[in-house]
Amino acid sequence: MTPGSFEYHRPQSVDEAVALLGQYGDEGKVLAGGHSLVPMMKLRLAAPSHLIDINGIDDLKGIAEDGGEIVIGAGTTQAEVLASDLLAESCPILPEAAALIADPQVRNCGTVGGNCANGDPGNDYPAIMIALGASYTLRSADGERQVVAADFYEGVYATAIEDNELMIAVRIPTHADGAGMSYRKIKRKVGDYAIAAAAVTLSMDGGKCASATVALTNVADTAVLSAAAADALVGSAVDDKAIDAAAEKAMADSDPAEDLRGPVEYRRAMAGEMTRRAIREALARAGGS
Amino acid sequence: MTGISLTINGETVEAEVEPRTLLIHFLRESQNIIGPHIGCETSHCGACTVDLDGKSVKACTIFAVQADGADVLTVEGLAEGAELHPLQQAFTDNHGLQCGYCTPGMLTRAYRLLLENPDPTDEEIRMGIAGNICRCTGYQSIVKAIREAADKINAGEGAD
Ligand SMILES: Cc1cc2nc3c(=O)[nH]c(=O)nc-3n(C[C@H](O)[C@H](O)[C@H](O)COP(=O)(O)OP(=O)(O)OC[C@H]3O[C@@H](n4cnc5c(N)ncnc54)[C@H](O)[C@@H]3O)c2cc1C
Ligand code: FES
Ligand code: FES
Repeated sequence: MTPGSFEYHRPQSVDEAVALLGQYGDEGKVLAGGHSLVPMMKLRLAAPSHLIDINGIDDLKGIAEDGGEIVIGAGTTQAEVLASDLLAESCPILPEAAALIADPQVRNCGTVGGNCANGDPGNDYPAIMIALGASYTLRSADGERQVVAADFYEGVYATAIEDNELMIAVRIPTHADGAGMSYRKIKRKVGDYAIAAAAVTLSMDGGKCASATVALTNVADTAVLSAAAADALVGSAVDDKAIDAAAEKAMADSDPAEDLRGPVEYRRAMAGEMTRRAIREALARAGGS
Repeated sequence: MTGISLTINGETVEAEVEPRTLLIHFLRESQNIIGPHIGCETSHCGACTVDLDGKSVKACTIFAVQADGADVLTVEGLAEGAELHPLQQAFTDNHGLQCGYCTPGMLTRAYRLLLENPDPTDEEIRMGIAGNICRCTGYQSIVKAIREAADKINAGEGAD
């Protein structure tokens, strides 16, 4: 299986890359880790005439803290996230989730930006970025804009990114309020996409939940932010009753398709169960019990 | 066609490739390096695993043009002349293979795993080879072989 023909470009800078994207419009595509794009090109589900390989651009790599935010360059690989001391300390959910993505070879190539920009509901980082309140820095020759992750996903492989835009970085607010976070994913085997998964952040104040977010992977056309599930937690003591109520809301907000990963009822039930487990873990990490 | 220059198992190779040529096809069809196998061609099985600039990658999911300037190691590069690499010897001694189809990818991955983590636990070995599928062995004997090779390398028997 060989992809269709294309012209190959390897820009050395962001400016050069966005100039190429502007020049080729919908004929061009960014090649990052290639581990979603190349399989799609083999199947002719993608057939770009121009491939713009961003792996030579050093400015797209790296993980740093910047004021109240963690900034991850779009070209940072999933393996680099897994190995990052900074993230293990300040945002452990990201390396933990990286360990649940695919396998070592895929993580050596696959990037954070590619995972977030791809628009496949099976990707794990979108729900996590939504739950974390992250935003994406998008740049074109016309300038730069910031899009909140929760507003980015429009449908299966449909996102807010324009043909002439490059995702530069993901910006994640540091959770200074002692919030706990957790990502729970059920999959058929190592290296598989989720049957269902849930990302939860929550903070406690005086025995009550002060704030919470809940987002789900692979149970709808896009990652889902379940505001109703979060509302069921805020103000509660996050006891079993509140956790069950939140799981019910998460299930109501999911709309999975029947596929090889199971029938609709099962996948919806797993969205609920992953929500319960992620809430419990986030609670323990937030200093609750 | 695009000109590329890379090192494969220590030898410099210059070639002209179509940008759409996958690294695995370039190695097997243009360079006659047929150690790395094609198992699935869909990025799942790991039979095509090679070492690219010190990282394990699936050569069916990378274009040969992307390897321009890179240092590539395949299973052919593991043995020193007639002397098998400790991993190859341990796979032989421990029934780490049956049909052998997964073996070149498994060995190349295990080689990099032991450089990244010279004394892995069995659990770390299992996670480390999670991208390599074997339909024959049930993995037990592969894990055992990698464990034994690690011990031998750490004891200084057979370098690398
Ligand atoms: C066997 C296997 C198992 C996998 N399992 C999982 C899993 O469990 N969970 C999971 O989340 N993922 C999984 N993946 C997908 C993997 O994580 C991909 O690496 C990821 O989805 C895409 O990242 P990439 O860097 O490889 O992007 P590419 O494949 O290069 O690109 C993907 C898309 O995003 C666009 N793009 C990439 N970078 C940018 C950018 N900076 N700006 C604008 N557009 C950009 C590309 O044009 C393309 O449309 C799996 C892949 C394989 C092969
Ligand atoms: S042939 Fe490359 S992963 Fe199977
Ligand atoms: S030995 Fe047959 S596939 Fe592994």
